Amino acid sequence: MGLTWAIVGALCAIAFVVVLVQMVRDVPASNLVDGLLALIELGLVVQLVVGLVKLGDAPADLSKPTWIGYLVGSLLILPAAWIWSMAERSRSGLGVLLVGLAVVPFLFLRLHQVWVG
Amino acid sequence: MTEQESRQERPGVVRTGAGLLNRNFGRILVFVYGVLALSATGRAVVQIATKFDKAPLQYSLSAFAAIVYILATWALGTSRKAMAVAVVTVEFFAVLVIGATNSRSVDLDRQTVWTDFGHSYGYVPLLLPFVVVWWLWFNRERN
Repeated sequence: MGLTWAIVGALCAIAFVVVLVQMVRDVPASNLVDGLLALIELGLVVQLVVGLVKLGDAPADLSKPTWIGYLVGSLLILPAAWIWSMAERSRSGLGVLLVGLAVVPFLFLRLHQVWVG
Repeated sequence: MTEQESRQERPGVVRTGAGLLNRNFGRILVFVYGVLALSATGRAVVQIATKFDKAPLQYSLSAFAAIVYILATWALGTSRKAMAVAVVTVEFFAVLVIGATNSRSVDLDRQTVWTDFGHSYGYVPLLLPFVVVWWLWFNRERN
């Protein structure tokens, strides 16, 4: 799980910077941004699979519904941000993506906290 | 012709997006509320479905928080100003009262999104009502 978080977290950071630069320059989201978002989403699907497999050797006091809730919930953030930002291809649309990209690594932290209890 | 000039040429016409709560900065605000609505709903569903008897009051408050965030997302997302004012007022007092009474020193199982003024959400729940009030003021009707 640590490896998945490191890779996806790094991708989030890269995407965050790219979106921030486009926001400052007032350029609408590019294919590069879409590609990075798709890659991160793919990483989150991997996270879901790894997270479900890990349930096998979960600590006894792990709240499984919470764990699964975060794994599934994290899949919703970026598609929602993307759709919502498409409706307004402006700086604010990019701002929505920035929020989404900040929320995803925050969820990794949460997942970690849920796991260690 | 600049945008400014074209506005001045049609004095009676409201400029696009003016007064709409879900445009410009409002778009980001709606998304932040949406994320909180999702987390509060998830938390409330898990708490109520798996262990409601453990802390009925706190879990009912979690459900209440979820409803508040869903309503706020909807009100801002559809530019319903009166509704937004009402919901955000409730949110503001709820975060203050619950923040002051429900501390994170109690075990994790008894927390809500508003515990310690939204500490575990980076104090965003405490900050949001102020941001919305500013945004409503910024978008007030101008004569």
